[in-house]
Amino acid sequence: MKRQLPLILVFVFGTLMVIQYFVPHENSEIVKGFLLDWIVIIGIFALALGLWSLVQVSVAKINSRKENWEYPLVTLISLTVMIFFGFTSHAENASWWGYFLAITVFLVALWMFLQGFMGQAANRNMKLLGGLGLLIVFSLLAIFDNSWEFKFYTAEGLTNQMFVHFFDYIMIPLQATMFALLAFFITSASYRAFRARNLLATLLLISALIVMLRFTPGPWGEYLAKTSAWVMNVPNLAAQRAIVIGIGLGIVATALKVILGIERGYMGKG
Amino acid sequence: MNFFSMLMRLDRRWVYLLLVIVCLTAYYSDFTVPTIVEDETKAIYDFIEALEPGEIIFVAVDYDPSSQAELHPMTYALVEHAFRKDLKVIFTALSQNGPGMVDQAIRDLTDSLKLPKTYNGIFYEGKDIVNGIDYTFLGYKPYYAIVITAMGQDYRILFPSDYYGTPLDSIPMMRRVHNYDDIAIVVDISSGSITDAWISYGQGKFDFPLALGLTGVMTAQYYPFLQSKQVMGLMGGLLGAAQYEQLADNPGLAKDGMRVQLPAHLLIILFILIGNVGYLATRYKERKV
Repeated sequence: MKRQLPLILVFVFGTLMVIQYFVPHENSEIVKGFLLDWIVIIGIFALALGLWSLVQVSVAKINSRKENWEYPLVTLISLTVMIFFGFTSHAENASWWGYFLAITVFLVALWMFLQGFMGQAANRNMKLLGGLGLLIVFSLLAIFDNSWEFKFYTAEGLTNQMFVHFFDYIMIPLQATMFALLAFFITSASYRAFRARNLLATLLLISALIVMLRFTPGPWGEYLAKTSAWVMNVPNLAAQRAIVIGIGLGIVATALKVILGIERGYMGKG
Repeated sequence: MNFFSMLMRLDRRWVYLLLVIVCLTAYYSDFTVPTIVEDETKAIYDFIEALEPGEIIFVAVDYDPSSQAELHPMTYALVEHAFRKDLKVIFTALSQNGPGMVDQAIRDLTDSLKLPKTYNGIFYEGKDIVNGIDYTFLGYKPYYAIVITAMGQDYRILFPSDYYGTPLDSIPMMRRVHNYDDIAIVVDISSGSITDAWISYGQGKFDFPLALGLTGVMTAQYYPFLQSKQVMGLMGGLLGAAQYEQLADNPGLAKDGMRVQLPAHLLIILFILIGNVGYLATRYKERKV
């Protein structure tokens, strides 16, 4: 039954959703709305599971002092800090010291709890007690410090200055920098690998040059733009359409295999 | 080692250094790159331009900061154009870091729109953009295919309140807006597979006009949908954004970026040509021997 139940659920709901897609009746829409709610709920559980898994893996790496153990530590601190700022708001013109003290106490308390649950056996109880003590200090700070407060049920935390600053001045530059590095790798790779070795490679090379040069100013600009439009709209389009149809058929085949229980990879076994 | 062998074995660090020099020189130089506008970008501009004040457009900001250099200029150019024309905008963000991108775009555009400006010879007064009246930001929900399908029925199924926690029914511009039937166009600005879901689950099922703003590397994949009219317009990469800025007579981030992208591309092309000259010369020499 352990293996049959998931197969039955996938078959029933897979078939139901396929039929529902083609039936624009009111009742069909009600069923869809009901199932969509379920998907969101399952998604939130999956998020919680993912968070717990990330914490477990990170703590294990830090405790065993594996190579690059500092990175999981940064991950955990960033995760906690962003969650904290996302669920709190800071009063205008109030001092920031209480706010920063609270997040520091919260981070240390959380770390002691994690060590108490997942760390080495020695001093576990002491760590749990320490974590509990710090949590009490944190709760007192939350109650008596008026410069900040929790906003669990409203979205004010999303406009929290710290939350926005962390996104704008840390997250955005970090991700943008990582992606910008690609320009260097692409330049180096194209210099080394983009060779006219045979007819097809030569055609690819010429097409790429035309498309890259299409915005070049000068007398050739318009001619190159027209040639580029032809490359994109005729040979590229034909090839892409073949790929899209192939992928579409592949998706249908895979979906049928999953619904009919032939493909069982999602259960952890092939 | 002869000259061609040396070319073939050039250390990659020289390539990196040259690219840095070219990018920095271009960034600090003062010139503009003339932009030739392509039909697929013009189609989007013309559609927005033809809309009446008060009509609603839906902008899906489906990208993360990693693609902001290419895609943020599109969002800025298109949304500023819409706001200047007194259109209303519904935003969603179906990628994890998308909400931050929308939030940033709204803050910047709110400041920019306060200034009076003249575009294509028409003077526009400065104006305050108000949340709930001029725009609504629905926020993020996981499983984009499901979200896109559900919004075809009613936005309220998955977004009972907006990103800032206000119930949709108490937002003035959303009171009579329920699904894609109530909007003029969906513009998906995306750096990933969410675009496929907008085509398959959105446009395919609910038949609304769909325009795309994509990163340069993605653009070629979506031409079949342009020809089949499933997609009515397409902006490809920074060039597409620059074309939109040119059409809207509002040079901004994309035009600035093109000043760096053009010399960088020319350098890459030069490297490719040098590499091929070295390769062909070496092959010719080997054959001769």
